[in-house]
Amino acid sequence: MTDLAAASRPSSGLAALLRHSRYVIAENRVTGFAFGLFLLIVLAAVFGPYIVPHDPLASDTAAALKPPSMKHWFGTDQIGRDVFSRVVVATRLDFFIAVASVALVFLMGGLAGVAAGFFGGWTDRIVGRIADTIMAFPLFVLAMGIVAALGNTVQNIILATAIVNFPLYARVARAEANVRREAGFVQAARLSGNGEFRIVLAQVLPNIMPIMIVQMSLTMGYAILNAAGLSFIGLGVRPPTAEWGIMVAEGAAFMVSGEWWIAFFPGLALMIAVFCFNLLGDGLRDIVDPQRRT
Amino acid sequence: MTAIPLLDIRDLTVEFQTRRGVVTAVQHVNLTIAKGETIGIVGESGSGKSVTSYAVMRILDRAGRIAEGAVMFTNIDVRQASEDDMRELRGREISMIFQNPRAALNPIRKVGRQIEDVLLEHVKAAPSEVTEKAIEILDQVRIARPRERYHAYPFELSGGMCQRVVIALALACRPQLLIADEPTTGLDVTTQKTVMELIVELTRARGMSTILITHDLGLAATYCDKVVVMEKGYVVETATARNIFTAPAHHYTRKLMRATPRPGASLRDLLPEEEAPASSAATVTKFPVADRKPLLVVEKLLKEYPRKGVGGMMSKFMRRGPAPEPKVFRAVDGISFAVNRGESVGLVGESGCGKSTTSTMVMRLIDKTDGTIMFDGEDIGEIPAKQFAKLPMRRRIQMVFQDPTDSLNPRFTAARAIADPILRLSDIRGSDAIRARCEELALQVGLPVELLDRFPHQLSGGQKARVGIARAIALKPDLIILDEPTAALDVSVQAVVLNLLQDLKESLGMSYLFVSHDLNVVRLLCDRVIVMKAGKIVEEGPTERVLFAPEAQYTRDLLAAIPHPTFEPEQADPARVAAGS
Repeated sequence: MTDLAAASRPSSGLAALLRHSRYVIAENRVTGFAFGLFLLIVLAAVFGPYIVPHDPLASDTAAALKPPSMKHWFGTDQIGRDVFSRVVVATRLDFFIAVASVALVFLMGGLAGVAAGFFGGWTDRIVGRIADTIMAFPLFVLAMGIVAALGNTVQNIILATAIVNFPLYARVARAEANVRREAGFVQAARLSGNGEFRIVLAQVLPNIMPIMIVQMSLTMGYAILNAAGLSFIGLGVRPPTAEWGIMVAEGAAFMVSGEWWIAFFPGLALMIAVFCFNLLGDGLRDIVDPQRRT
Repeated sequence: MTAIPLLDIRDLTVEFQTRRGVVTAVQHVNLTIAKGETIGIVGESGSGKSVTSYAVMRILDRAGRIAEGAVMFTNIDVRQASEDDMRELRGREISMIFQNPRAALNPIRKVGRQIEDVLLEHVKAAPSEVTEKAIEILDQVRIARPRERYHAYPFELSGGMCQRVVIALALACRPQLLIADEPTTGLDVTTQKTVMELIVELTRARGMSTILITHDLGLAATYCDKVVVMEKGYVVETATARNIFTAPAHHYTRKLMRATPRPGASLRDLLPEEEAPASSAATVTKFPVADRKPLLVVEKLLKEYPRKGVGGMMSKFMRRGPAPEPKVFRAVDGISFAVNRGESVGLVGESGCGKSTTSTMVMRLIDKTDGTIMFDGEDIGEIPAKQFAKLPMRRRIQMVFQDPTDSLNPRFTAARAIADPILRLSDIRGSDAIRARCEELALQVGLPVELLDRFPHQLSGGQKARVGIARAIALKPDLIILDEPTAALDVSVQAVVLNLLQDLKESLGMSYLFVSHDLNVVRLLCDRVIVMKAGKIVEEGPTERVLFAPEAQYTRDLLAAIPHPTFEPEQADPARVAAGS
């Protein structure tokens, strides 16, 4: 009853959401765990450079290829850089690439998809054909091609990752907008004097945001992998920048000679990040869309 | 009547585990059904009538459980029976008809095959003869040309036909008990009549017992021997159909009876006794309607749709070459009518008669094919629907939608929904002024102001309907189109909403175009009625004249199909089965 009373207070939207989120997290330990990991990643991204014990770029050839110890938790690489510091500092770059590319693809794919689903006709056909064209290529090869053609800068990696994800967003948004095209509230909005574009942005888009947020979380993991993958094959961020993909690539050569830690820890960080975003996607779906809970 | 009842429900209590704790949906319900008996369970939404039947079938969802009591089917204890036994019981001994026949059928399987599946599942037919048997069953539920229809997919059949197939499925294994959960909600009255008569006839011929779950007291009383009235999980009254109708004992039953629109009762009569005088005409200041000149004149209105092939969206999306020459379907076939200032006109007909198409065209949401729509002397039919949204004329024609849930944006609060037209089309600016106007409107439609900050899912059906009405009157329109505004509401809520609409019309001087399939509701609110069939007007005239002395055969059929038990003189209606659907 107190809950009901609370729900009737003005500006209860945020409070209700928090209460609901708390319930979902408490109910599902895995989601709680994923949120914890996510918080950790965000903290590492924000404060990483200030809290690491060593300079991630400072080489010390005397201390090269040392295994994990109390001084160097994750060991050191071939020119004596501290792997732990590099893994933590790299979080910011990888996280930034992922967030930026997901935001970009949401703007491109999400809006194009909503317009396609809502207006139908020519808009739908054009967006559909663009999505089909992108999907006709092996996605990673397409991303490679874009970066190779435009030059390997961080902006181009973000752009390539966004373009590769475009069909996913466009299709989800199109399907969701399509079912709401003839909904009563859309008709009602027309009667209230809203133009078609305003209806799409103010009425339809907020309704498909939940599903898009879940989609964004799920593709975050893929975006990180994509960025790391590009760096791994030398088309991404350039050395000596600390980035998980490059570190795995550099460390891979030393695996055979027994120095496993150089590739292992950045690889682990990559895995945890991807894992976390996928779990988070499931948890977010429970929060934003209770009906689809499994 | 045998000594052992077919179904014996004793002290049944069903609980649901929810986040806010345990909710008891059904409380200490006692019910017995003898062999061959037909029982109606009547109640409004949330009364626990469906949950009771789910408990009998033991198909409560995961959160629900039978907390107390016993359910005995012949000599089987449903609470104790194993899942295997229950599976045998369901379908073979007890079967169920659901509300939405289309949802109950597998959309990608031929209907004949679906009947075969049931027969084979319960070993009621050998594989070699199962096809013949399925056709025979289709014939029994009076599906014309059963041999052809055997190969039909559900989407190729009308709603009434689908419900017949569902009945065929339910009766295929000759069960002893049939549970029909709102079997005719969503069907037209004439179809409802044929479907109900079919159920009654088949079950009677086979000596089956039936539980009819419905919100319609008239329907239950017409077709059942005994009626059980439920409210908030409790059984409040159990009596024979005749007694319920002639001498309802419980005040809730009386309230339901009062709220049900029926011939001879005025709008005010629907409200509970204690509330009726307070809100009645005395307090309403009538808006002076100076002239009764026509506000809306529709002439020779025509709407044609190209007849599309199968698979609309997908084939449109994939289409490359020009489509095969489309045939034309006339949804509205040259109709003419007028609505005067301050008048309310009912537009009545069954689904597919073109009444909604007509109202949407008048509303300027879709474009006409031909004809004129004159609104206050201006031909608004010539303005494309896409442009109309932004014209000042827009504010003068508004609409109240059929489904209050669907017509409110789930992401908008009630206040935001009401403010939408004010923001777009009025001169009121500034959040305080808009808020004040919203509160004024909420007051006008009887919506508590503190509910304005709630989202639609936090409001009840009646409250959502009020939000929809507040939004429609926000711009003080001249004409409101009411598209079955109470179809999704419980009768007692419907009574209140209809009264509200009447009061608003008088105080604001609006005209109504009331679109409905329910003649009884139309009678209450409208001065004139237009009856439509297949895109044409079959009858038009003052409400009383059309309803009490109908000229067209179709109007007479519609009136005859309304289930209303007349207990004193025995119903002189020798099962005239109108060609449904």
